[in-house]
Amino acid sequence: MKNHHPIQIKSEKVAIWFVAPALIVTSAVILIPFLYNLVISFSDMNLVTFYRWNMIGFTNYSDILFDSGFWYLLFKTVLWTGLNLFVLVSGGIFLAVLLNQKIPGSIFFKILFILPWVVPQYLTALVWKGIFNYESGSVNTFLLKLNLDPVMWLGSEWGSFWATLVTNVWLSLPFMIVVVLAGLQTIPKNLYEAAELDGAGFWFMFRRITLPLLKPVLIPAIILSGIWTFNNLNVIWLVTDGGFPSDQSHILVSWVYKAGLSSFRIGYAAAYGIIIMLVLLFFSWQYIKKSKTLETIFE
Amino acid sequence: MNKSGVFWGRIFQTRIAVILILVVFAMWTVFPIWHVFKLSVGKSDLFFSSNLTLLPTELSLDSYRKLFLETPFLHWMINSLIITASVTITGLFLAALAGYGFSRFKFRWRKSLLFGMIATQMFPVTLILLPLIVILVKLNLSDTFFALSAAYSALVLPFCIWQMKTYYDTVPRSMEEAAWIDGSSHWVTFYKIVLPQITPALAIIGLFSFITAWGEIMMAAVLVQDPDLFTLPLGLKSILSGNPADIGVFAAGAVVVTLPVILLFILLNRMLISGFAPAGFHTFKKTTENE
Repeated sequence: MKNHHPIQIKSEKVAIWFVAPALIVTSAVILIPFLYNLVISFSDMNLVTFYRWNMIGFTNYSDILFDSGFWYLLFKTVLWTGLNLFVLVSGGIFLAVLLNQKIPGSIFFKILFILPWVVPQYLTALVWKGIFNYESGSVNTFLLKLNLDPVMWLGSEWGSFWATLVTNVWLSLPFMIVVVLAGLQTIPKNLYEAAELDGAGFWFMFRRITLPLLKPVLIPAIILSGIWTFNNLNVIWLVTDGGFPSDQSHILVSWVYKAGLSSFRIGYAAAYGIIIMLVLLFFSWQYIKKSKTLETIFE
Repeated sequence: MNKSGVFWGRIFQTRIAVILILVVFAMWTVFPIWHVFKLSVGKSDLFFSSNLTLLPTELSLDSYRKLFLETPFLHWMINSLIITASVTITGLFLAALAGYGFSRFKFRWRKSLLFGMIATQMFPVTLILLPLIVILVKLNLSDTFFALSAAYSALVLPFCIWQMKTYYDTVPRSMEEAAWIDGSSHWVTFYKIVLPQITPALAIIGLFSFITAWGEIMMAAVLVQDPDLFTLPLGLKSILSGNPADIGVFAAGAVVVTLPVILLFILLNRMLISGFAPAGFHTFKKTTENE
């Protein structure tokens, strides 16, 4: 039933014609800039030295790694990614399992739940920014109605952390729901019927049938969401207006974007980008090794 | 009989509970979107007004009139359509080919290239953007549709190729082998026999490319400076930064921008749920009936 193994055709020449066009576009836009980026990460390029930059070796790298600010941002980014993934995965499974029940109007709910993915991110990010507004935002209006004190959501470091977290969960949950829903369809119904005959309860079936059989779908989705969340520039940048208040709400990526494209510390930002990539490579490699799922996908 | 009455009673109760939970989550999902809609048809020019009421006090289509008559909205839309169409077509075409190559042929560097595709997702955008601008300036290609479309295509390709590859893996090879034995070439086999079987996967990556190109703003903000080339996201953002009182126009623009995507999604909905399944699933689905 599984068709994992490609036919062993010794026709590399044919394969090249299928694969080459995509590789050319990807390498022109990603690989070449990446290599160029690698070079400038060892340089002192900024707006002043834009045309006559010098190679300065590992200075940028050591500047970053010996700066406690980097380690703090790394800690915050890992926390941000971990919390997001936890809520996304558990929430995605919970909602998808509910949606998969035989209930009237489940199609209607599916469309509603998927809306946040469909509406352009920059719009909804700005709407959330309005919702968390101190004076006129809906959240604080609601808190006031409950006789609670309004919170400085976007005016404090951790206030904006939680605000961006809520926004990102709202934005990313649909992708998870769709992936889990698709995965749920792959589980043969007769497994549940057999378990039910043996007197198994809902929890037992969920732990022993649903979760293990969801794994092949979940792990690639977790890796991808993890990478996307770790590198999520949109939400942080748009909701906190580029790091407001005074650059306290950054995670690693948004800090690099600021350093590179607002302050034009190009060499420094390039080195920062490379470090982020290495961190992500390290994390995902560990995860891939532990979960062992990519092996089957690679075949 | 009494026993089955209790049984059905319990099923009924859990269903009510499930629906209640779903309704609560649906409210959370829809609230921000409804908020935008409310602003677009209301008369309020309060910046993200604070009231929690569900309907605006006065209905008015004034914002929509202003949007179409007083801003270059249609111009932005045409720009966005050109770019989105070229990205979607490029993405579909290249990923359909490359995914097939990765799924069916063994060649040198295959695994490294596949992993490289995931690795591209680990680059922060800035890593690509900074050098890309420098290169584009040197090639005299900055501020062109071509540059933006190429950048977006590269942005969506890795995900699309992986999605296609896992999908091809689940399509049985017997028909292709039969065609080869009959003397059909690789190309003819590909588009006459394989392509018709993979429409769900094409629907997903098409939608994915469309949504990405239609809504992307961070790259566009850097690659496009000429207001004549503004895409919808850039244009709407410029409305917002112009004058706070234009919030209604911004909201109206947001509603108009969202409609085609929702429509596309509803059209593709059935295909999508089945198409997102990973390797090994599609063969299953043919044997077990669902929905």
